[in-house]
Amino acid sequence: MPLLELDAVSRDFDVSRPWLNRVIEREPRRYLRAVDRVSFSVERGETLALVGESGCGKSTVARLIVGLYHPTEGRVAFAGRRMQMIFQDPYASLNPRWRVRDIVAEPIRFLGTSQNVDQLLRQVGLSPEDGEKYPHEFSGGQRQRISIARALAGEPDFLVCDEPTSALDVSVQAQILNLMLDLQARLGLTYLFISHNLAVVSQVADRVGVMYAGRIVELARSAELFSRPRHPYTRMLLDAVPDLSKAGRARIAVAGEVPNPLSLPPGCAFNPRCPYANERCRAETPALDDGVACHAVHEKRI
Amino acid sequence: MILEVRDLKVEFPTRRGSLTALDGVSFSIAPSEVLGVVGESGAGKSITGMAIMRLLEPPGRITAGEVSLEGRRIDNLPHEEMRKLRGRKIGVIFQDSLTSLNPLYTIGRQLEETIRTHLPLSHDEARRRALSLLKEVGIPAAQTRYDHYPHQFSGGMRQRVVIALALAAEPKLLIADEPTTALDVSIQAQIIALLKRVARDRGAAVMLITHDMGVIAETAQRVAVMYSGRIIEIGAVEDVIHAPKHPYTVGLMGSIPRISARKQRLVQIEGSMPRLNAIPPGCPFNPRCPHRFDRCVSERPDLIPAGTSRAACWLHAAA
Repeated sequence: MPLLELDAVSRDFDVSRPWLNRVIEREPRRYLRAVDRVSFSVERGETLALVGESGCGKSTVARLIVGLYHPTEGRVAFAGRRMQMIFQDPYASLNPRWRVRDIVAEPIRFLGTSQNVDQLLRQVGLSPEDGEKYPHEFSGGQRQRISIARALAGEPDFLVCDEPTSALDVSVQAQILNLMLDLQARLGLTYLFISHNLAVVSQVADRVGVMYAGRIVELARSAELFSRPRHPYTRMLLDAVPDLSKAGRARIAVAGEVPNPLSLPPGCAFNPRCPYANERCRAETPALDDGVACHAVHEKRI
Repeated sequence: MILEVRDLKVEFPTRRGSLTALDGVSFSIAPSEVLGVVGESGAGKSITGMAIMRLLEPPGRITAGEVSLEGRRIDNLPHEEMRKLRGRKIGVIFQDSLTSLNPLYTIGRQLEETIRTHLPLSHDEARRRALSLLKEVGIPAAQTRYDHYPHQFSGGMRQRVVIALALAAEPKLLIADEPTTALDVSIQAQIIALLKRVARDRGAAVMLITHDMGVIAETAQRVAVMYSGRIIEIGAVEDVIHAPKHPYTVGLMGSIPRISARKQRLVQIEGSMPRLNAIPPGCPFNPRCPHRFDRCVSERPDLIPAGTSRAACWLHAAA
């Protein structure tokens, strides 16, 4: 049985105009579907990454999983002991008025776990003396270590990490990613890793789900996805990643932008940007089948 | 050379003594050349750009060195003259396009105003020029978009408008501070292509400040790596990426995640960059450096030839 399972989970947000406007201008309520029938499962001990551009719904999925949002439709099933979340901004997610010791100890007190603050701090590469300091005395990378120590204090077996290194410098990012890999190996943690950075994802994930306009368009083992991307959007994303080995060479600039979620094109949401789109793509939404949601791939056109 | 910076030093006097944010920074940029300036937060990349434009936040000020634009010194110009130079000779693009534009005016009006501030053009001429700029930066349906407000544009399109504004008076030098950082990868690629075209077609010198080595790899010809307010390595992009000479650059290149087919640990540099009030004597990187020896702790290295690049590292000093 997988540790976490999402079954056709959708989430709508009400973006209607105020009541009076709706009555006077006879407008119906309007809903924005941020996540549309997303299904996947996460096995114990693995890292599943969700990648996509801003507004694709990846953070909404994270919030649905930890229960910060309730699904409009579908079901989230968690078979583990406890989950914790690590946020992007280590400046906003730590209480500036609390000492680090109290921040890390809060889940221990609240949940009654048998963790030890000094040990937790050592585990994330800080020293027990750091517990007496306040968050502002630390750099971004060290704060993210504190966030991780706090998350581990609740003895979770599942961690939802929403862009955990996006606010950090590259050399610090490397330290945090390595720390996360070490902790996973040592404590047998399961991660859901949300990121817009494909290169980061390729270094930490076992499996990767690519999201576009609220749906998963490709879901595959990391090794396969990065060596043989199938969905045209995945290919486009991979082409758009700046490549150090291509110094001086031009990359193919991708045309177009992510569509407005309030007025998604009919059929496959990617069809206006897709070089392989045909009539069927403009009319019928492709389902995720065999790890990819694309008519062109299913019909073996590409 | 369009821009020449020599031994630039910027200090921030504080109650507890003076903080040196830039220390002996020298470089130059030729026409049509894109120079990448890379480094981590606090390394002094943005301060360098701001010092060149003389837009340092007080109490920060230039305490030594020279900045020349087309052979003329600009670091000692009176404020009024400097103000005229900004926009006219130096265009600037900041990271956050939303705050670079006035939300109350249409983008057409903002462009026209900028053009007419710097160039002696009539209303109609300014409008024609503004439209052609919008087309040049790749805004579709420029004619209709002309009367739209900034919030009606997407992030990528807004950044194009900001670039059009920066180009309005045909500046000789374009300073782009993290121009693609707030954008999605697919949009980033479009903006990079645009910046390259601008440098090539207009013969402008571009100073591209970013923390993203990937962006520099694809845009710049040369790159300067900054650490603790100094340039620690400078050279052709291919050389610096494929054969970095300074131990910090070696670590930095190794810590950049690349697309790989398997899960793996990254190279990591232990520790972090020192704060401005605690820069160690000698080489500022010495406490983190795996190759440190006596001289590194006592004597500050200047940029010296290292292969085809130049690096501020005693490892490359002739014995």
